Amino acid sequence: MAAHASAAVNEELNYLNWQKGIWSWLTSTDHKRICFLYLFAILFFFLAGGVAALMVRTELAFAGPQIITDPHTYNVLFTMHGVFMIFLFVVPGIPATLGNFLIPLMIGAKDVAFPRLNLFSWYVYMVGAAIGAVAMFNPVDTGWTFYAPYSTTTGTSVSLMVFAAFVLGFSSILTGLNFIVTIHQLRAPGMTWMRLPVFVWASYATAVIQTVATPVVGMTLLLIIAERWFGAGIFDPSKGGDPVLMEHLFWFYSHPVVYIMVLPAFGVVGEIIPVFSRKPLFGYKMVVISSMAIAAVGFIVWAHHMFVAGISDFSAKFFSIVTFLVAIPTAIKVFNWVSTMYKGSISFKTPMLYAMAFVFLFMVAGTTGIYLAMLGVDVYYHDTYFVVAHFHYTIQGGAVIGLIAALHFWFPKMTGKMYNETVSKFAFAALFIGFNLTFIPQFMLGMDGMPRRYYDYPAQYQTLHTISTIGAYLNGFGYTFALANLLWTALFGKVKAPRNPYNSHSLEWQTQSPPIHENFAEIPVVTEEPYSYGTPTGRGH
Amino acid sequence: MSAVAHPIVDHNVPAGEPPHIHHMDTVTAYGAAKLGMWLFLATEILLFAVMFCSFAIMRYYHLAEFHDASKHLNIWAGGFNTIVLLISSFTAAVAVTKAQKGDNAGVVKNFGISLVCGLIFLAVKGYEYSEKAHHGMFPFVWNSDFYHYKNFLGLYFCMSGLHALHVIIGMAILYWYGIRPAMRSRFSGKYYTPVELGALYWHLVDLIWIYLFPLLYLVG
Repeated sequence: MAAHASAAVNEELNYLNWQKGIWSWLTSTDHKRICFLYLFAILFFFLAGGVAALMVRTELAFAGPQIITDPHTYNVLFTMHGVFMIFLFVVPGIPATLGNFLIPLMIGAKDVAFPRLNLFSWYVYMVGAAIGAVAMFNPVDTGWTFYAPYSTTTGTSVSLMVFAAFVLGFSSILTGLNFIVTIHQLRAPGMTWMRLPVFVWASYATAVIQTVATPVVGMTLLLIIAERWFGAGIFDPSKGGDPVLMEHLFWFYSHPVVYIMVLPAFGVVGEIIPVFSRKPLFGYKMVVISSMAIAAVGFIVWAHHMFVAGISDFSAKFFSIVTFLVAIPTAIKVFNWVSTMYKGSISFKTPMLYAMAFVFLFMVAGTTGIYLAMLGVDVYYHDTYFVVAHFHYTIQGGAVIGLIAALHFWFPKMTGKMYNETVSKFAFAALFIGFNLTFIPQFMLGMDGMPRRYYDYPAQYQTLHTISTIGAYLNGFGYTFALANLLWTALFGKVKAPRNPYNSHSLEWQTQSPPIHENFAEIPVVTEEPYSYGTPTGRGH
Repeated sequence: MSAVAHPIVDHNVPAGEPPHIHHMDTVTAYGAAKLGMWLFLATEILLFAVMFCSFAIMRYYHLAEFHDASKHLNIWAGGFNTIVLLISSFTAAVAVTKAQKGDNAGVVKNFGISLVCGLIFLAVKGYEYSEKAHHGMFPFVWNSDFYHYKNFLGLYFCMSGLHALHVIIGMAILYWYGIRPAMRSRFSGKYYTPVELGALYWHLVDLIWIYLFPLLYLVG
């Protein structure tokens, strides 16, 4: 009787309520609380970047000036959209939020390797965000790529903005470093490398890219500042510098960074699909190897962004061929997800819908990526809406849908509550239809020759632009609705989540929902693979 | 589980004992700290790699100017600084051995020498910079006579400036994580992680200079 009573008391004490007050959150080194610190920050910038995007789409809804009266403001808006979404939302996106929450839980650790460094990296992120906010007083109009020589000569506050990006990169490095060490050192007894959930593997590959690629762009951004302040003569051609060098250095980070964005989403989908198909993940080893292969090959494809920038024929051919290679590990992943679902007993819960949408959207993204890797074809598509659409299929259809899928899937674990399935499915439908309605017309616009970053267009592009704008509003509505549903449930929801609502096998579901401060009452001992559904050795069926 | 916050790292342990780290054992903590430091050093190298790469490209474009401009650097000052840093790296390595033997006074002495070497390095660097400023070969006070040296000197100041910043950070690390705890006899054969990591960082600072010196002063 007494034991039962104390168990009930313990069940109520969790990481959310064991310390109270805003100060206990801002000074917490608990990886689960840091997840929420990041989550609120990045979703704020998701909103800000989304508003900028909708203003861009509103301007483009019809030919001729609509709500924006000068091209400079238009340049500022799409730059804000890009900078907010890339540096402040998608790059920290899944790793800093769900990576933080899940990696220690999934490997059976009490926390990350360096908890104080983890909190510090959130403060570094916030400092970077604050510097970026100050730069908004004279907003940047270069686009998120900061290409020289425009970035070294324009009168807008590029120095502040690139410094903000440098600081944000530092935060990203510290997070990646922390995760690598955590995964190497803090795995529970029996948690061998080949028993790690694929999300942990994907996060590991991501962390390697974060740690290795980010310093390069950081230094490049500092050199832009040096160029602006005292004319260091490195990137500015009028001073004997080389703008193509800047592009090389920029893309050496900024191509791998798309894998920072999308690899964790691969991991998320790899977790969701086996659980809702009640089958082991097909080809676990190949999924793991392909994650690492994407991280590796991703480092040697960067110049495919520069086929028309005047690079040599030889390097153009080289970068074209290695870009094709990326398609192999990516296609292996898609094959494995689909094979996992094959003859599975699939339940179409909201996370599963998002995961399936991810597979479909990423297929489109990958296939159109092959077009852009082809030298001759790219000359035609370069800097058109085709690129814009391709990019948004990978990043929004991939990384952002992955984040939303993950938020739904692990929501019961994170908050201890269950959201309303009908409402979340409705939001999913709006989001999915809106997304395709926005970007399928943009593929067609690109094929018709509509260049990106243009503030106005001839009447022949009218219809497709109007459809795209309608889609953008529906898409925005879908996101707002999905996230508002989760926020409302977290604050006011009444339905308590059980410990393991999906009957999943990975470790994070074996502790209570929400978990206690140090995750596990005692460190678990792992004896089996994470996806043993329906197999003789598995617990579930 | 108790609702009272534990300190993540509790240094209130007897002298010579490793600090109590709440969420992992001592051996794991040592491995984690070391791996973390090596990864951080890798990021530092990549940070400088951008400038080494830019240097190679710019030298290819402006070979004659690079040759001429590098002759304006003071080889003797740079060479002297190289020797100073090599000595400081040696004493940093000695300090690690001392810490492993529990000789805290030896850590203070050897890291102290490294610290003084760092100060000498910075003083010589400051002298070189002021000389350049005096001749109008310095950012913000450019003399237009030297305009064609700008590509070289721009990189020179970015590279040596960032390196000098690392020397300052390295000195702070040596003092804060090495000398200060050693004065309180914190280190022993059981616990010397901060000394080892501090020395690793200092070696990296040294190593980067070993590449900067020939590139900037000798090859040009």
